[in-house]
Amino acid sequence: MEDQRQNVLKKVHGAAPLTVCSKTLHKLRGFIVVMCGLCALASAPAQAGDTIKVGLVLQLTGPFTDSGRQMLNAVKTYMSQHGDTVAGKKIEIVVKDVGGPAPDVAKRLCQELVVKHNVDFIAGFGLTPDALACAPIATEAKKPTIVMLAATSIITSKSPYYVRTSLTLPQVSEPMAQWAYKNGYREVYTLVADYGPGHDAEGAFQKAFVKLGGKLAGEVRVPLKNPEFGPYVQRVKDSKPQAIFAFLPTGELPVAFMKSFKERGLAQAGIKLLATGDVLDDGVMDAMGDSPLGVISTYHYSAAHESPENKSFLAAYKKIDPITRPNGHAIGAYDGMAAIYAVAKQLNGNIDGDKAIQVLKGMKLNSPRGPIQIDPVTRDIVQNVYVREAKKIGGKVYNVEFETFHAVRDPGK
Amino acid sequence: MSDNLAKVSRHLSFLRARERWKPAEIVFWLALVGVYFAFPTSLVFASQILITGLFALSLDMILGYAGIVTLGHAAFFGIGAYAAGLMAAHGWHEPLSGLLVAGLVAGIAGYLSSFLLSRGGDLTRLMITLGIGLLLFEVANSATKYTGGVDGLQGVEIGKLFGVFGFDLYGKTAYVYVLIIAFLLFAFTRSMMHSPYGLALRSIRENQTRALAIGIPISACLTNIYTIAAAIAGIAGALLTQTTQFVGIDVLSFQRSADLLIMLIIGGTATLYGGFVGAAVFLLAQDRLSNLNPQYWQFFLGILLIVMTLYLRSGMLGGLSRLADLFRHWRNKERS
Amino acid sequence: MHSFLGILFDGLAYGALLFVISVGLSITLGLMGFNNLAHGVFAMAGGYLLVTLMSKAGIGFLPALPIVFCVVALGSLVLERTLYRPLYKSTPLNQVLLTVGIIFIATAGANYIWGSGQQPVVIPGWLSGQYAVLGLDLSRYRLFLMAIVAVITFALVFGLERTRFGAKIRASVDNQRTAEAMGIRVERVFQLTFALGSGLAGLGGALGVDVLGLDPNFAIKYLVYFLLVVVVGGPGSVFGTLLAALLLGVADIAGKYYVPQLGAFIIYAAMIILLLLFPHGLLGRRKAK
Repeated sequence: MEDQRQNVLKKVHGAAPLTVCSKTLHKLRGFIVVMCGLCALASAPAQAGDTIKVGLVLQLTGPFTDSGRQMLNAVKTYMSQHGDTVAGKKIEIVVKDVGGPAPDVAKRLCQELVVKHNVDFIAGFGLTPDALACAPIATEAKKPTIVMLAATSIITSKSPYYVRTSLTLPQVSEPMAQWAYKNGYREVYTLVADYGPGHDAEGAFQKAFVKLGGKLAGEVRVPLKNPEFGPYVQRVKDSKPQAIFAFLPTGELPVAFMKSFKERGLAQAGIKLLATGDVLDDGVMDAMGDSPLGVISTYHYSAAHESPENKSFLAAYKKIDPITRPNGHAIGAYDGMAAIYAVAKQLNGNIDGDKAIQVLKGMKLNSPRGPIQIDPVTRDIVQNVYVREAKKIGGKVYNVEFETFHAVRDPGK
Repeated sequence: MSDNLAKVSRHLSFLRARERWKPAEIVFWLALVGVYFAFPTSLVFASQILITGLFALSLDMILGYAGIVTLGHAAFFGIGAYAAGLMAAHGWHEPLSGLLVAGLVAGIAGYLSSFLLSRGGDLTRLMITLGIGLLLFEVANSATKYTGGVDGLQGVEIGKLFGVFGFDLYGKTAYVYVLIIAFLLFAFTRSMMHSPYGLALRSIRENQTRALAIGIPISACLTNIYTIAAAIAGIAGALLTQTTQFVGIDVLSFQRSADLLIMLIIGGTATLYGGFVGAAVFLLAQDRLSNLNPQYWQFFLGILLIVMTLYLRSGMLGGLSRLADLFRHWRNKERS
Repeated sequence: MHSFLGILFDGLAYGALLFVISVGLSITLGLMGFNNLAHGVFAMAGGYLLVTLMSKAGIGFLPALPIVFCVVALGSLVLERTLYRPLYKSTPLNQVLLTVGIIFIATAGANYIWGSGQQPVVIPGWLSGQYAVLGLDLSRYRLFLMAIVAVITFALVFGLERTRFGAKIRASVDNQRTAEAMGIRVERVFQLTFALGSGLAGLGGALGVDVLGLDPNFAIKYLVYFLLVVVVGGPGSVFGTLLAALLLGVADIAGKYYVPQLGAFIIYAAMIILLLLFPHGLLGRRKAK
């Protein structure tokens, strides 16, 4: 690799000493331009002394850029609020871009963070496969690893050094089923994106709903690349259920879905939309216009959460990114940083993998989303799940919380 | 006898010279051995570049030598990766046999799909291969039960190589393993491309009608090469599975096919080494740029690609050989 | 029966959308023979331009559309001059590399300027919602799209077949040297054709925002769809592109409604089958370059 490049360079220098006549040089101009460009890319990472290093593995390009951005911004937000020194040590962030679901790249980046950068914490992980692929490295290198987003239940069981500060999908899907049944919905149609997390959400909702005595009016899985929701929404409308339960990954799918839902007049046909917060993600709410009004969703965080912590978080976030609203992805990263700061403080800056995990187990934090705790056994997050309704506040649509399920554990375990 | 032959035809001596391993080639492979000692902390990356290079080599066989444009080559890479992964996840942990099976399965898939490529122009083939690739991706995505879907295939455990060398954190075993396999497959490909068969492929690419006229069985040749290329891509996929000990659905993705095509073009088609060089340049550039600027590195990569198309029409290796030609020319002038 | 007609309408409407976003590529790829993978970049530019015009400059949706077409077409001339023209006679692979480079730059650029999130677009009230016609609920925006498609198709077919400029394009495409010898300024013709294709791409992007969403990955996300429609239709044929778009649209929507389990497969499978049956595209010229 590095060496292949140098090999190429060697050939260049060996073959063409710089004394070649100017005519030759002129002909080779293009080649030299490219080569110089490549040389300029070589850079050695600087080593710092008294620091605590945190390696962040994020999706900063590719189809999940938005989520990676939110997370990076949240990390910056936390550091802007709390300074970059803890227990006399400077917190240094090493950011790596995975560029989408790419477990092979993620694993390589983790390995590099460990062997090259010698980080004290690994953190980030937007997507499940990336987190799963890195588990053996965290275990072998004994690096405390904060999963800041990836939401599949099993992740934390893959390494004793894994801790999660985000959510699991069943954690928010199951309360939706309970709320729906309690509020008189008996026949619900499920609509989820056809991929692993979608299947998880569907399973969790259906299981809980049927167990309570509800009936499924039908189920449909929509492809992840699906610019046209018409036929699916029509199918749901034709079967006239009381409500739909929907899970779609944050991004353009929920926008297209909400537009279709509104355009085909499902609300007027008396069909209530229930969803996980991913569908009504704060980051894409502005792109949806008024179509989400009245939709009920369950999630762990809403930008409209009323608390002083959230207020100061929102204000600080706005300084980092004035355009976008922070969403549930951002909050996981924010609390992940909070956890890292807390560990560093408690261990007085001397990070040791096993001790760090001991501190993390059972840790309680006052997050902008409300109180959270790390389960001492599963190292997964225990948090409040809120039932929200989309309402207009000051000209913009927000998810306003009106009911709380307290200290919910991941039902997937 | 051989003297006679050489006298009879200058072309023949040209062919023979082409067949010989050149010093630059030997240096290339020795340098790869040197990597093991020079960059002990980057071996995981190095082995991933080699795997991608091997994968690009397999694309070069069909694109560079046979002239079939494909945007779905990741299908075979993915089939190989899943074949090896599924074996390992279901209790067969021996790596070498995993490679063989992966190559075999991918080869069969290549053989079967080669019949779909018999008609139409470049664009049609491009879209058919792309379509097959996308279909396979969707199959893997919906068969969550067997493939793990987008969450990835878990429980892939690879045993020790020959029962002795385990795969370690630093990727030492992985690198040596990948290097040896890559070299063997490269040597195989090289000799194949320098055989009459390789020449037949080239003549098909240059002019189908004339190739047919001199008696080259076009469709059989294309089917063969497509099958072999698919098998090698499958082995590359299996190598990735075994060294990563995980299979993500992205092994089948359009992105992987597209990136691969870009790497091969960067390196230079129909050069054998173009794939390796292109993979190294592209992945290194990507890694360096994304370290410098994790958010907007694609901007600079884009500029790099555009500069390359404007100045390096025949890829890195094309540029190098032009450089070498110029140097030779210059030296000859000096002598005379 | 109603449901079947509804599905047919939805399919045609989806086809109209596919046509609108791909027809520009049919021109650059089909007529000019340039492997312009960066088609989506022009579409994305159109989308962002529309959003910016509407939110920042306060221009309405309808008046913004012609502005988008013109600005993207003009902007594309700069790229044509600097990047595309040197590669007209180059290999397809180099064209691919160049246009992929442009995609990378545009993606990063859009990320930098507009951020990574979805862009909001508010279409006017009279275009949202549905008309009830004969018991069918027809989406207004889809009807609007279909009308636009009719206009574009008519204009293009008329322009290419019946006008002097159209004749020049066809002559330049068929035989550059002879066309030059006849006194046609091929370079100029190509320039204008490219601008036309890019302008249409921009317009398509602008019209597509409401349905497809808009984020910096637009260019790469829908690349497959553009290619699919153009190649199935037969590059360079406007009618072919229309036919392919409508066929694929109806197949996809009908498939998704009746067999939702196979939702993701249908459009790709339909493409492969159509290409095996018509290797040169539905209405492609047999000697397509």
